[in-house]
Amino acid sequence: MGLQVRLKKKLNGFSLDSDWETGNELTVLFGFSGAGKSMTLQLIAGLLEPDEGRVVLEGTVYYDSATGVDVPPQSRPFGYVFQDLALFPHMTVIGNIIYGAPAVPKHDKMDRARDMVRSFKLAGLEDRYPHEISGGQRQRVAFARALIRQPRALLLDEPFSALDHPLRLGMRQFLRELRTDFNIPVVLVTHDLSEALMLADTMIVYSHGRIMQKGAPDAVMNNPVNDEVKLLVGSSAPEL
Amino acid sequence: MDESVFFSIRLSLQVAAVATALIVLTGLPVAYMLARKDFRGREVLDVICTIPLVLPPTVTGYYLIILFGRNGFIGKYLYALTGWSIMFTWYAAVLASYVVALPLLIKIARAAMESVDRSLVNASYTLGHSELSTALRVILPLAKRGIVAGTVLSFARAMGEFGATLMLAGNLPGKTDTMPLAIYSLAGSGEWSQAHGMVLLLTLLSGIFLYIANRYSRRII
Repeated sequence: MGLQVRLKKKLNGFSLDSDWETGNELTVLFGFSGAGKSMTLQLIAGLLEPDEGRVVLEGTVYYDSATGVDVPPQSRPFGYVFQDLALFPHMTVIGNIIYGAPAVPKHDKMDRARDMVRSFKLAGLEDRYPHEISGGQRQRVAFARALIRQPRALLLDEPFSALDHPLRLGMRQFLRELRTDFNIPVVLVTHDLSEALMLADTMIVYSHGRIMQKGAPDAVMNNPVNDEVKLLVGSSAPEL
Repeated sequence: MDESVFFSIRLSLQVAAVATALIVLTGLPVAYMLARKDFRGREVLDVICTIPLVLPPTVTGYYLIILFGRNGFIGKYLYALTGWSIMFTWYAAVLASYVVALPLLIKIARAAMESVDRSLVNASYTLGHSELSTALRVILPLAKRGIVAGTVLSFARAMGEFGATLMLAGNLPGKTDTMPLAIYSLAGSGEWSQAHGMVLLLTLLSGIFLYIANRYSRRII
């Protein structure tokens, strides 16, 4: 089961052609910027329409060009954390989190939001605005907002790229715990090799809109299938 | 100042208020479409809605007569059905002000809505919010400053409308003579002292409105 993705898309001279699947594990889409990783997430979430392909999660079809199925992004059960986090600047921390649960009945909404505030260590910050809290706290708000409606898969588009190095290490630990708690497929886009190696159960190496290699991080590191992958996993020296 | 001056002041405010209300109601959806929707003829629609900004108001008025005059394309059906024509009523002044001032709101609100970060809109969609909910709870609040600035400018422009109003509503004392029209009449008959008050009032109000609009639009333009 898990998440199955087959996508073709041409946009502004760039061409993406990718095909992979994943279970309840953490899959890292790894590659240089512009390799089509973020575009893949947008296509999965329905923010962009593929030219051709299929998106299936736990046996439910959300997009299929062959049968014309195209579920709008509002009705797809993906939690999405954006590269710039995309917190609503005019809403408080609690306002942002509650906004993530439009379909939850009113009386449950506040309880659920309070739970999220507790589990994401945001207590005391409920009434602050995003510009009044730290980068790490903003990060946790973005995760809480994406998770409050209990998505069935999580799409993370370089969510740690804006953080300082020590904070980034902390967030990686946080993400590992999150994955254990939620037990859903998690797809993480990154161009940071150490992040990929540290977090990935499976690593999918992207280059110029194509998949070069897929496998456990060790396997990719030790046996790059071609020079391009060798360059990718060798050139960006792991940060420790 | 005599009675007729007060009438003109009141009529101007009334015309501008009604026109501005209509401008906000109809202009915001148009600005939203222009800012957020990709459709054929989008820029043509923009030009049609905003061309009164650069046309001489008499030309705009001319078109309005062709459309809404008693023998106009729309006006003749209205007249046949109701026996009523908008020409030379204060509604005509509202219509003229509406058409001439609408472009200001559309231009400024469109720019403000376009400047709302695409990823905020996408985030709203992935959080399960419909396009309407996203427009009302994300795009409108974040474009608020531009919308306020556009509304204030439209009101100021509506209050100062002269050319198209003259063509459509005429200059009937005690009926359609808004401040700009009354000033024209008074100046024409040499009654300067009567005109002074209105000239100063219009200048003062316009200045205040511009100041407010600048304060609000500083961040978006």
